[in-house]
This record gives sequence, structure tokens and C-alpha cells, in this order.
Amino acid sequence: MDGAIEAINLTKYYGKILAVDNISFEVERGEVFGFLGPNGAGKTTAIRLLTGQMKPSSGSAIVAGFDMTREPIKAKRLIGVVPEVSNLYDELSAWDNLIFAAQLYGVPRGARGMRAKELLEFIGLYDRREDRVGNLSKGMRRRLTIAAALIHEPSILFLDEPTSGLDVESARAIRGLIRELNGRGTTVFLTTHYIEEADHLCDRIAIIDRGRIVAKDKPEGLKSRVEGRTAFDISFGPRGGPVDGLAALDHVKEVSKLGEVFRVYVGDVTGFLQALADFARGNGLEITSINTVKPSLEDAFVRITGLSPEVMRVEKEPARRGDVGYSSH
Amino acid sequence: MIRLAEQFRRSLAISEKNIKIYYSKGPVIVFGLLFPLFLALAYIVGRSISLREVLPGLMGMTTFFTATSVGPSIIPWETRSKTLERLLCCPVALWAIILGDVLSSFLFGLLISIIPITFALILNVGLLNFVVLLFGMIIASMCFSALSVLLSAYPPTDIPATSMMLSSLVKFPLVFISGVFVPIEQLPSWGQYVASLSPLTYFTDLARQLISGRSFYPMAINFVMMSVFAAIFIFAAIRIHERTLIKRLT
Ligand SMILES: Nc1ncnc2c1ncn2[C@@H]1O[C@H](COP(=O)(O)OP(=O)(O)O)[C@@H](O)[C@H]1O
Ligand SMILES: [Mg+2]
Repeated sequence: MDGAIEAINLTKYYGKILAVDNISFEVERGEVFGFLGPNGAGKTTAIRLLTGQMKPSSGSAIVAGFDMTREPIKAKRLIGVVPEVSNLYDELSAWDNLIFAAQLYGVPRGARGMRAKELLEFIGLYDRREDRVGNLSKGMRRRLTIAAALIHEPSILFLDEPTSGLDVESARAIRGLIRELNGRGTTVFLTTHYIEEADHLCDRIAIIDRGRIVAKDKPEGLKSRVEGRTAFDISFGPRGGPVDGLAALDHVKEVSKLGEVFRVYVGDVTGFLQALADFARGNGLEITSINTVKPSLEDAFVRITGLSPEVMRVEKEPARRGDVGYSSH
Repeated sequence: MIRLAEQFRRSLAISEKNIKIYYSKGPVIVFGLLFPLFLALAYIVGRSISLREVLPGLMGMTTFFTATSVGPSIIPWETRSKTLERLLCCPVALWAIILGDVLSSFLFGLLISIIPITFALILNVGLLNFVVLLFGMIIASMCFSALSVLLSAYPPTDIPATSMMLSSLVKFPLVFISGVFVPIEQLPSWGQYVASLSPLTYFTDLARQLISGRSFYPMAINFVMMSVFAAIFIFAAIRIHERTLIKRLT
């Protein structure tokens, strides 16, 4: 079997709530595959189904070659899971947490210490190995949670919102870790509600909304779906008449003002540029700069889901004061 | 077979982790140490009966309260700290997780119950009786700790204190119907019928038989009943936890 993960018509009801609605997809070995969707879209539920924490209402998941419903123990041996909320034992030291994880994953006694040491060095916490986990910062705990998920050298790593609620620095460190692991050959399945994170980290993205996959493609592929809606950022010099007429020009679909810059969405590019030149000359305006705006994944997301990008900035729990989420600007 | 042994090793690892974390938690100390101690004192002090008369009830009470003190709160605690999710992600069967919890509760009970059982040595009950009593205490502790883990299955709360309180609602009445304070043979027949429904009855009866030579049930019945209850409790604990587990993942 080639694929790392295969979901076939996965469906999950919580009582009457349909949380995951008949989703199917495949993840190749060595890929970083992301689920992008707003809060409540069903990302966590999907990860729980794929990692065998709960059974699907219908459909199946084949993970690392094993059917997760029929042979969960065999499948779980080959995967690592990093949950949304770091779930280490606060009362135990960083070291003891890793050793306990090693025991549960059946890492041979003789190899446990070596693995724990390697991983603590990998995440830069070897100095803190004797500290109780409860005394570590949120970012450190998240890194340690990743280390615990890697203790048995899984070939597939699942991460549920790995940078959610972290400060900018910690989030960057986590993304670095994920890239490095993937570089070493680990298949990564992650979920996120940060559009830009999905764009930078994932080879392929499935956009999930209300339990359904509404689009599934490479980031570039998703963006190309909104092309044909080319936009220009245009600035004018201080002299000349009003620029209100811009919106009325031929081929212009929409105009928004970003500070001193006008963002103009157009249909036919050649036609628009001619109309713009005539407009500027006619009003005595000087065009000081003009840039093409490539469609962002956010544009694609908005187009595909019909959701406002603001929806994606809603954090599940209010972030602690001083915490900054992933900034998409 | 190899797979069973592997799962069992993981139960032991879970049990060891529970010992490190939960034995020192406040509610465990209160319900598992202070509480039985005061109850035992209240039971003994000011009464002019011999140790030989008191000890069987005392042993029943101590073993029961200590073996059931850790069990009710482990899974609620794991739910609260989300570490339950960690266990569910690992290649560990649910029965192995439950068994690990039962074992750690069992060991706590056994450890503390060493105190009253040493009194049996002082009373010179005879080596054979002592060994049988110890064996009975092991089965009883297993049975009671399985009951305590079962009691945490429903409702699927994530508040250890709630689970502790609800399990107390079951534990206290049980102590009163189990021949701890009044030997079973002195109970009215309806009382004897009610007593037969409690697993603690059979352990107290066994202890009374081995320490003071009087009993209501034959020894074999006591052992069989304790084993049957233990099996039912473990089986039920696994089954009911399996069903309520999903409510713990939010
Ligand atoms: N344990 C549960 N019981 C009932 N409903 C749940 C449970 N977990 C999640 N849900 C519901 O299922 C839907 C999907 O939730 P979730 O998978 O957590 O989404 P996401 O991770 O994308 O935020 C939501 O409507 C949520 O309220
Ligand atoms: Mg989620």
C-alpha cells in the first residue's frame, strides 16, 4: 500500500449533531496534508477518527496500512498524535513523561533513555528535563507534546492545531519542527484555522466546513481558482482631480481603499489598463505606482467557502493576555 | 499470548504512573487514609470488646475503604487534564488502561491493609489461617478496587470530587449491610439477604472465620463470591467506560 492515510466516506454523529459528513481523501507518504477550516468545522473530530480515539458512525480510515476500526492497536503503533491541547502529566517531569510515553508505545527498555535524550535535544529542552511539566511554558509544553508523539519514531504524525494559542515565536519554532520532521521523511497530517499557516506548511490542503470537504488541492491550485479576478494596487501622486471615478471605469469590478492605495479588481486586464491611462490623463492624475496583486489563499478561501476571513481569526478559547495568535498580515 | 503480555506490561506502566501521581492527591489521602483511620478509632475506642471480636470488622472496613479510595477519581482526573486522550492515542487496549487503574487502586488498599492484618499475627491466629487471610485480602482488594473504577464510569464527569462523592454514596451503605458492625448471623433474615448482595460481606465473614472461628458462609463460598464479584466489576467497568468514553472527549 502506497498511501499513508486513506479516509473512505468517514462520518461521525454526536447524538444528532453531524460533526464529520462523509469525507474521503488520501494522503501520500512524505506529504504534509492540512485540514483548514473554522472552529467547529469538524477538524478535531476528523483527527480523532483517523487516530482511532473514537469509532466512526460509518465509513473507514486506513492508516499506515491498517484499518483503524479493525486493527487499531497495530495502526496506533505506527502513528504519533499531537492533540489540540497539550496533554502531558503536569505532575511528572519532562523526562518521566517521555519515558512513560515510551513504555506505552512499547519502545524497548534499553532504547528509552536514548530516545528521550535525543528528542529533548531536538526540541531544545534537554536542560529542563527534570522540571515538572506544569512549570513549563505553553510553547515548551507543546514542543514536549510533539516529542512525546515521536518517541516511537512513527512514520505518520498527526497534529491538531499545532500552533493555536501560541505566541509568535513559539509558533514559528513549532512550524520549524514540523518542516524538519517532514524533511526527514515523516508524513504529516495537520489541522489549522490559520490560512497562512496552511499555505506555508502544507503540500496539499483540504478546506473543511461544517463537516464536509469543500475543496482539496495544492495551495497554488486553490489560488488559481480565484484567478481571472486579477487585482492591482494603484497609487496616485498628490496632484490632480478626485479619483472617485475609478470604480466607474470599464472592466473594473470592485475598488477598495487601503490607506493611500487603491486595490482594484478587474476583469479584462488590457482593457482596464487602457481605460486607466485615459482616466489619469483626463483628470491630470499621476500614477506613481501600480502592482499586480496575486490572489492569496485567503481570497481563495473566501471564494470557495463563502465565509468571511474574520471567522478564521476566532480563537476557540480566549488567548491568554500577551499571547498573540498567528498573524496573517 | 505475546500480545496479551505486551498489553499487561502497559497496564503495569499505567499503574506505576498512577502511583506516582495520584497517591499523593488530597482526596485520596482524605478518603483512603484519614477517613478509615477515624472510622476505625470511632469503632474501637470506648468499647469493651476484645481485639479478636473487633478485628474482622476493622479489617473489612480498612480494606474496603483503602482499596476504593484511588479508583473513583483516576479517570475523571485523566479526563480533566486531557491525558485520557493521550492514553487513547497509544497502542493500548481500553481493558489494559482500566486494569492499570484497578491495579494501582488495589496496591494502595493492600499497602494500607497491612496494618490491620499484622494485628492478626499478634492474636496468634496460626500460620495457615494467616496465609489464607492474606490471600482473601488480596482477592477482596482486587474486587473492591474494580468496584471503585466501575463507580467512576457513570456519570462521565471530569471532576474528581464529584466522582468521589457519588462513589461514597454507594460505599457507605455497603459498609452498613456487610456484617462489619454486626456479624451476619445476628441479622434478621431480610438483613442477611441484603448482606448477601454486598461483596464486602464475604470478606468480613472470611476474616471473622479465620480470626474468631465463627462464620455464616462456608469458606469456599466466600472465596467464590469475592471472585465472581471481582470478575463482574472488571467486566462491567470495561464495558461501561467504553460506552461513556466519547462523552469525555470534548
Ligand atoms: N464530544 C462531543 N459531543 C458532542 N458534540 C461535539 C463533541 N465534540 C465536538 N462536537 C461538535 O462537533 C462539531 C465539530 O467539532 P470539532 O471536531 O471539535 O471541530 P473543530 O476541531 O474543527 O473546531 C462541533 O459542532 C462541535 O460542537
Ligand atoms: Mg478542534
